[in-house]
Amino acid sequence: MIDYRLRLKPDYKLIKEFIDEGATVLDLGCGDGTLLEALTKDKKVKGIGVDIHPEGLDEAMGRGLSVLQLDLNKGLKSFKDKSFDYVVLNMTLQAMWDPLLVIQEMVRVGKAAIVGFPNFGHWKLLFRLLATERMPKTKVLPYEWYDTPNIRLMTINDFKALCLENGIKIVKDKYLNAAGAEIYRPLIRWRAVEGIFLIEEKA
Amino acid sequence: MIAPVKLVYETFGRLNEAKDNAILIFHALSGDSHVSDEGGWWSKLVGPGKAFDTDCFCVICANTLGGCSGSTGPKDLNFPIITIKDMVAAQVPLLDHLGIKQLVAVAGGSMGGMMALQFSVDYPGRSQNIIAIATAAKSSAQNIAFNEVGRRAIINDPEEGLAIARMIGHITYLSEVSLTNKFGRKIQEGALASQKFGDSLFEVESYLKYKGVGFTKRFDANSYLYITKAIDLFDITNDLSRGEGRFLVVHFTSDWLFPEYQALDIVDRLKDSGKNVSYRVIESTAGHDAFLLEEEKLGVAIKSFLAGAKS
Repeated sequence: MIDYRLRLKPDYKLIKEFIDEGATVLDLGCGDGTLLEALTKDKKVKGIGVDIHPEGLDEAMGRGLSVLQLDLNKGLKSFKDKSFDYVVLNMTLQAMWDPLLVIQEMVRVGKAAIVGFPNFGHWKLLFRLLATERMPKTKVLPYEWYDTPNIRLMTINDFKALCLENGIKIVKDKYLNAAGAEIYRPLIRWRAVEGIFLIEEKA
Repeated sequence: MIAPVKLVYETFGRLNEAKDNAILIFHALSGDSHVSDEGGWWSKLVGPGKAFDTDCFCVICANTLGGCSGSTGPKDLNFPIITIKDMVAAQVPLLDHLGIKQLVAVAGGSMGGMMALQFSVDYPGRSQNIIAIATAAKSSAQNIAFNEVGRRAIINDPEEGLAIARMIGHITYLSEVSLTNKFGRKIQEGALASQKFGDSLFEVESYLKYKGVGFTKRFDANSYLYITKAIDLFDITNDLSRGEGRFLVVHFTSDWLFPEYQALDIVDRLKDSGKNVSYRVIESTAGHDAFLLEEEKLGVAIKSFLAGAKS
C-alpha cells in the first residue's frame, strides 16, 4: 500500500488550506488522481478529475476516482456555471494553449478557483537567462525550449496582471520556495518557485 | 407479452459461493452469448488474467431476446415489437435463477452499452459498476436512418436484403481511414477484363459482398428487423439520473456512428446527477468496430476501472 501523502508535492498542503471540508472539487490536469484522492481523504471532498493523458486516468480510475478524459484547451463545455465549490488547476496552466480561456472557464464553473503555476520570474531563472542567454532549465522546468510542454511561461506579476485585466479577483495568494516551504514577503516575485492563487469572478 | 421465453447463455469463470463475483456482458446487434474462448467476440477481453478476469469473476453472457442464436426471437413465433428495456428485463430472471443478487458489473458495446445503461436505470443498485462502450443514451437520426435502409432492403427481399443491410451496416462500423488502409482502390484480379455490374470490380466491393452473404448464413432477417427497431426506439436520456453505481463510458476517436457528443451526453447526464462516472477516449482508426478490435487499449481501461471498484 502506497502512502499517497508521500507522493504529494509540497504545494498540496497549501491547496488543501484553501479548500473547505466537504466541498465539491473539479481537479483539472488531475494526472493519476493523487491530489484528488488526498483531498477526498483529508477534506472529505466530492470531486471529479479531468486530464487528457490516458495513463494517469487509468491509475486514477484504479483508485476509484471519477475522472474524465477531456481536452482543457476546448474549455469546460461539459460543466455548468458554478457547479463546483472549487476548480483546481495545479502546475498545468503553463502547458495550456489558451490559458486565459482556461482561467475564465475555471471561474465560470467554480464558485472559486485555485491556480498553482511555476514562477518564471524566480531570480535564478532570471540570472541564468541573463548570464547564459539561453532559456533556463530547472527541476520544475527541465525541458529544452523546443520540446517543452510548458509553452506559456509566466511570472507572478504576469499572472496578477492577467487577473486584473480580465475581471478576476485574487482572494488569496501563497508562495513556495525551492525547498517546498511557504515563503512570505519581501521580494516574493523573485523568491517564489511556485505561486498558488485562490481566485474568483468579480461580482 | 411473450411467454415462455428461452434464453441461451454461457458462463466463463466460476461463480463463488457468495454469488457476488458475477459480471453480465451484453452483446451488440449481431452478437451472441459466445463472448469468450475459441471464436468468442471478446475473447481477448474475457478470460483468465484478462480485463474481465475469469480467475476472479464469473462472466455471463446471454443471447438477447429477439436474437437468433438460441434465445426466443421472431423466427420462433409471432413476435411483438420489443425494446432495449424488454431485452434487459428478459435477462433478470436469469440472474435470479443463478442466485445472483448483485453483480460486480454490467458491460457492453454499441447496443450492449445501451443495455448496460438500461440495466442501471431499471435495476438500480443491482450492479455496482456499469461499463458503456461506443454507445449513446439515445439513437440519433443518423442511426435510425441507416437502420431503416437496412430494414427496407429486408422487407423487399429477406435473403438478399439482409445481405445488403449488413453491407450498409458494415460500412458504418468501419471508418474512411480503415477502408482506405485495407482496400484503397485495389482491383480484383482479372475483374477489369470482364466488367459486369453484377461482379465486384474493386476489392472493397467483394469484401462487402462476402460479409453480406456470410451474414445471411448466420443471422435471421426478422431478428435484424426487430433488434434494429429496438435500437431506434432507445432513448434513456431522461432516465439516466435514476441509475446507481460507478460508471465507465468509453468512446473511440474514429467512431462516426456514435460520435463523441453522444458519449459526452451520457457522461454529462450522469455527472450532473452526481454519479461517479469516468470517461475514457481511445485513439483508433477502426471506426465503431473499434470496440471489438481495440481490445488491448480497451482492456487496460476496463481493468483499471474494475480495480477501482474494490478501493
